[in-house]
Parts: sequence; C-alpha cells; structure tokens
Amino acid sequence: MAISRRGFLKGVAGGGGLILVSGVPFANARMSTELPPQAVGLLYDATLCIGCKSCMVNCKAQNSVPGGALYKKGMKAPPYESKGPKGDEGIWDAPQELSGKTLNIIKVYKNGTAETKDTAVNGYSFFKQQCLHCITPACVSVCPAGAFRKDPENGSVYYLAERCIGCRYCQLACPFGVPRYEWDSAWPEVRKCQLCRHRYAEGKYSACAEFCPTGATIFGKVVDLRNEARYRLTLKPGTEYDFPLKTVYSAEKSHRPVARYADGTYGLTEAGGTQNIMLSGVSFELLGFRKNIPHSDLPQLTWHYIRKILWVFAGVFTGGTAIYQFTHRNEKEASHD
Amino acid sequence: MIDTTKYVGPKWGGVINRFMADEYTLSDIDATRYVGSKLGGVINKFLDDTPSKDLGIKMVTPFTLVLVALIGLAAVVAVYRLIFGIGAASNLNDFWPWGLWIGFDVLGGVAMAAGAFLIAGSVYILNWKKYKCIARASILNAFFGYLLAAISITLDVGRSWVIWHPLVMWQVNSVMFIVALHLVLYLCTLGTESSPMVFEKLGWPRALKGVGRIMVGAVMFGVALSLLHQSSLGANYLIVPAKLSPIYYSPLLPYHFLVSAIMLGLAIVSFETLLTGKVFNHKPPRDVVEGLARGVMIVGSVYLVMKIWHLVTGPGVGAVLDGSFLGNLYLIEMTVGVILPLTLLSFRSVRTSLERIFVVDILVILGVLMNRMDVGVFGVSEYATRSGGDYFPSIMELTLTAGMIAFAILGFKFCAKYLPLFPESHH
Ligand code: SF4
Ligand code: SF4
Ligand code: SF4
Repeated sequence: MAISRRGFLKGVAGGGGLILVSGVPFANARMSTELPPQAVGLLYDATLCIGCKSCMVNCKAQNSVPGGALYKKGMKAPPYESKGPKGDEGIWDAPQELSGKTLNIIKVYKNGTAETKDTAVNGYSFFKQQCLHCITPACVSVCPAGAFRKDPENGSVYYLAERCIGCRYCQLACPFGVPRYEWDSAWPEVRKCQLCRHRYAEGKYSACAEFCPTGATIFGKVVDLRNEARYRLTLKPGTEYDFPLKTVYSAEKSHRPVARYADGTYGLTEAGGTQNIMLSGVSFELLGFRKNIPHSDLPQLTWHYIRKILWVFAGVFTGGTAIYQFTHRNEKEASHD
Repeated sequence: MIDTTKYVGPKWGGVINRFMADEYTLSDIDATRYVGSKLGGVINKFLDDTPSKDLGIKMVTPFTLVLVALIGLAAVVAVYRLIFGIGAASNLNDFWPWGLWIGFDVLGGVAMAAGAFLIAGSVYILNWKKYKCIARASILNAFFGYLLAAISITLDVGRSWVIWHPLVMWQVNSVMFIVALHLVLYLCTLGTESSPMVFEKLGWPRALKGVGRIMVGAVMFGVALSLLHQSSLGANYLIVPAKLSPIYYSPLLPYHFLVSAIMLGLAIVSFETLLTGKVFNHKPPRDVVEGLARGVMIVGSVYLVMKIWHLVTGPGVGAVLDGSFLGNLYLIEMTVGVILPLTLLSFRSVRTSLERIFVVDILVILGVLMNRMDVGVFGVSEYATRSGGDYFPSIMELTLTAGMIAFAILGFKFCAKYLPLFPESHH
C-alpha cells in the first residue's frame, strides 16, 4: 500500500498538537504544599488523655447523621463493629482497629509493670489514631477519580463516595495507614475522619474535641495549635499549667501539672506536615508511628515522574518520525499491513 | 477415546464422539441460516479455517477442555464477586489492599505485553524486516495480556460498575489515573494494530488500506504509551517509600519496571515463537529467535546493573543476604530471572540452540513475573504484618487468576486458527 509521506507527517504533527492541548491540565496540577489560609485541626496531647474513649463514642454518633463521614442513606443506627474481643462478638461496639465503621481510636501502650503514666519503661500511655489531615495529602494525590479532596479553605481532607471506584490506592498511599474500606459491603466506601467538616456550618467543631473531658483533644486553627504545642514544650515538667478544654481558645481550663514530653510536636514535618498534631510523653515511635515516614510531602515523589509524560510523547513522535524517515529513505513506496 | 454412545444413546453419543474427535469445525456451521445472508456471510468467512489448516491446530483436546473448565470456574467467581463484593471474594484487608489480582494479573499481564511495542517498533519504525513474521503474534499476545489486566482490575476495584470514572474525572496527580488512561488507549491501539489480520481474513481491501495508512502513527503512539505504561506501574509505588520494602523501593522503580518488562517482553515473544513452533506445524524462524535472545542478553545486563546499583546505593547488599523472607524472595527472583539466564546466554552454545533459548526464556518469564508479585504483594508484608494484617490469596482469587491465564491461552489459540497469524507460513 502506498502511504503519502506528507500525509503521514501531517498526521503526526496533528496528533502531537492534540496531545499538547489535552495536556493543558497538567500545567497547574501540582499540589500545594502550603497550609491553607483558614486551616483547622486538632491537638492531641497524650499526657492529658485518660483513655475514657468519649471521643470514639461521640465521633461515631456525630458522624452517623446526614453529612457525616459514616452516614449512608437509610441508616437507622451508627455502624457498630460486628467483631470484638473473643466471647463478646457483636455484643459491644468494641473497635480493635480503625475500620470502615470506626474513624478514630484510642489505644494503649504498655511496658513492663505499666505503673507510671507517660513513661516508656514500666509505664503506659494512651494514643489516638485517626486521619492527620496532611497539608499535601497522599490520598488526594493518588485517587484516580478525584474522590478524595482537600478543602482549599479549612484544609480538611474529605471523600466523595459517588466518585470513588474502589481501587484502594488511597489505602496503599497514606503513610499513616488511615483510610479503611467497607470490606463487608457489596458497594463499599472508603472511610476516614473528615474532621467533622459537616458540623462547621452549624458553628460546631470536631466532636472528639467537644466531648473530650480532659482537654487531651482540642480543636483550633493550625497556627494557634502549633503555638500552643510549642509553648507546652517549653514548660518545665511538674509546673502547673492551665490546659484549655475543647478548643485552644476556650476559657474553660484544666489546671494541672505538666508531664515530661518525649519528642517534639508530631505532625510539623511528617509527610510534609499535618493539620492534626500530637504531643506525647512516650516517643511516637514506641506508640507505633513509624519512623521511616518521610519529612517532606509524598505527592512530589510521583509528580517528578508524571510531569515527564508529555515529553515522552513528544520525544517518541519526533524521534520516531526522524528514525522512520531515515530507515525508509530507500523505499519510495513503503508497504504496511 | 470413550465411546459415549454406550451412555447417552446413539444419537447424542454420536455427536459427542465426533466432537471429542475434533471432527467438527466451526466452519461447518452456516451462519447465513441464522443471522441473514449479509452478516452470516461475514461470519462464515471469518470461521473458514482452511488457510490455517497447515498449522494443524485442534480445538478439542483435553488441554483445551481444561482451559474451558477453568474459564467457566473463573466466570462463576466473577459473578460471585460482583454480587457479594470484593471483601467476600478475596482475602484482602485494610493493611493489604492490593493482592494477587494486582500483583499477577495487572502488573504481570501488562509486563508480559511489552513484546508488542518492541516488535512493532522494530518492524514499522526501525524497518527491521526480519521480525515482521512474528509481529502479528506478538501484538495479539499483548492484546490478551492487556485484556487480562483490564478484566482483573475491573473485578478488583470495589465498585466495578463505575470503573470508567477516571476516564471522565481526570486527576492528573494520580499515577493510577495515568495507568487507567493508558490501559484504555493502548487496548485501542493494539486493536488497531491487530485489525489488518481480521480485514485480510474477511477480504476487505478498503479497510485494510485505511489501517495501513495510520499504521506507523499507531505504532508510534503504542511505543509512547507502552514506555509510559510499563514504567507507570512501577511509579504507582513511588508514593509508598515508608511501606514498600527498601529492597524494592527506589526512586528509579519506574525504570526498573520498564527495563525488566522489556526483557520479559522479548523473552515472551521468543518463547511464544518457539512454542507455536512446537505445538503447531510451523517452523520457528531461527534468526529471529537468536536475535531476540541477544536482545534479552543486552537488556538483562542493563537490568542487572540497575538492580546492583540500587542495592549498593540503597539498602546495601546485606539487606538481601540476611535470610529474611523478602531477602530470599529477592535472591530467588534475581537468580532465576536475571543471573541464570545471563550466565547461560553468555555461552555461544546456548545462544545458538533453540532448545536452550527456550529454557532461558522460561527462566526470564518466571523471574520477572515473580518480581511483580514481590513488589505488588510481598513487598509491603513487613509494614502490613507489623500493623496486624495477613494475606494469602483466597481460593476465589486463585481461581480467577487461573481462569484469566486459561482465557489468554485459549484466545490465542483460537486466533491462531481463525486469523492469518503467521502470514509467512502459507506463502
Ligand atoms: S493521614 Fe492519610 S488519609 Fe489522612 S490526609 Fe494524610 S494521607 Fe490522607
Ligand atoms: S479507593 Fe476510591 S477514594 Fe481511594 S483512591 Fe481509589 S477511587 Fe480514590
Ligand atoms: S474530627 Fe470528627 S470525625 Fe475526626 S476523629 Fe474527631 S470526631 Fe471523629
């Protein structure tokens, strides 16, 4: 078959142009690494936590209403765990792990005789697991359908079930292992804490902070939470301090001695920084927060790859055309089939 | 052969006997009787197997019956999975969100398809004419590799009915989005690249001419897509430096995937050329197979250097020698898939013996497929088990994968019978 050289080149040029045009969305796609202007979050201070799990109970209740992170149409009761400790299966809502039914969990660290609170050796400490609301979230960057979003104003990371295809890349990508799947459902959703964003419109804030009796979990703007955390770290262990309850701005205080903090603030640099931050008397590594989490944002790791894509197309088409011209220079009529 | 007339009466028994003896061919069916003369004529032409008679392909053999049974079981699993959900059908869990279907069917299936773009590029762009005789077979093979990946990922995602979402809801930061787009585009490209076979068979010169006109463009598009797709499967893992074992994690992982896929692609094409030579009456072209073996040797050496470089600059050689589970897997995978094949190929006597090249091909295939499983399934085991997860594929996961492999083999065989797959063998 005869193929017109000029026609072919035109086709290549046209195709290349089309790709460049369709590539426009690539131009400004890189994710922001800045804290959003009105970013809110939580400060969890493990030294204040008494392990009452009030946050867990109220998290589940407050998120099982329309708009909440656990809500499904037609839901009559919150999604209680169907598994629990041996012998108690299905009797108590006793979450052992974060799950498709549990967005937030208090666990305990124990060592030796477990006598002293907030001590690594022969001591114990509570800790809280939930979504940390990364500043540059891996879960948002990997979702092929844009089902995970980061609110450009308050920075909460939320989920749009109607977009999700259920590939579970978000689960793989989250460095903290937060997103959970509804494995027992035939039309499953991904579940994680969405910072109670459905409550803001009513002037409310995170349920786990509102219902925390000791001020271990408090809500506020990230900048203020960071200042509060930094201030607590400067306090001498044993001195008395007025710990605010519920929010960082609250007039309600809990007057009590300051414990000895082990590490600095968790969440300033982990995975590029998170909006929920933590303090603890036992090092975070012992509490199960992995040490090898990078101290820079994760999406850039893939972005370096993705931004090369258009160049590959351009390269293959120009290089390929040149090579084609060269290798077919002696053939007046190339035959293709 | 069992005489079934004894069990089901002479009428049905006779039919079954003839069927088992492969005395029926689909060309006996006159489709014009069922779907009208126009469409029926096309179908008749398509199912006419006289041109490939000399290949001597029998459709009804014990082997193909096993394949059909496997496909049937897999279809049952697929339906179960669609009705009851991914959690019910698989052993996946929150700490092990990706398992066998991603590790083998998707990562492996796509890697096995790498031969097509190399051969197509060599023939249509580099004008290396000697590989033309295997171009169709390798493109068809890739088509089945991708089909396998596409079907498995459709069943792997929890909401299969909306798997098309990424195609309309672009999210360019996601490697998975890139993968999805490429998968669809490349399946279309492979379809275009294979279509001349069908048009030739049907005797549609105008369509054939039309495809011929865009062929070079399609091949280039396919080369670009493949380079990206092969590497982007590795790029999927760039974002998990804290979860994937350092033995496998590397910023260069996309390129590890690309280069090993090229090695695998060449080995598969060579394997398939030799295999079709064995099972069909078709002589494998010696110079082609030797050329492919040289290719495996060159690309394999590059891969070996990349992997050693990674070990030395990354986790250290000690990381794979400490007797740990992942370390041992790494050693097996590298020995079987890279070191042994390269050592064997360094002997001239191996490079010039089709039988020995066949063995080398099998080693490479096993090694690289194992690599995909190691990255995709076992690579996160340290993270996952520490977090409380455990995973071994469920019976249903294994059945589906087995059925997908059977589907690819049977599909290839079917096409070899009814399409001009080896054009040179009837000239
Ligand atoms: S902690 Fe995980 S789920 Fe939460 S925002 Fe960060 S990456 Fe997403
Ligand atoms: S499972 Fe859903 S939310 Fe998670 S990455 Fe896949 S499509 Fe996005
Ligand atoms: S912010 Fe809301 S959803 Fe998140 S853990 Fe607290 S109560 Fe639960």
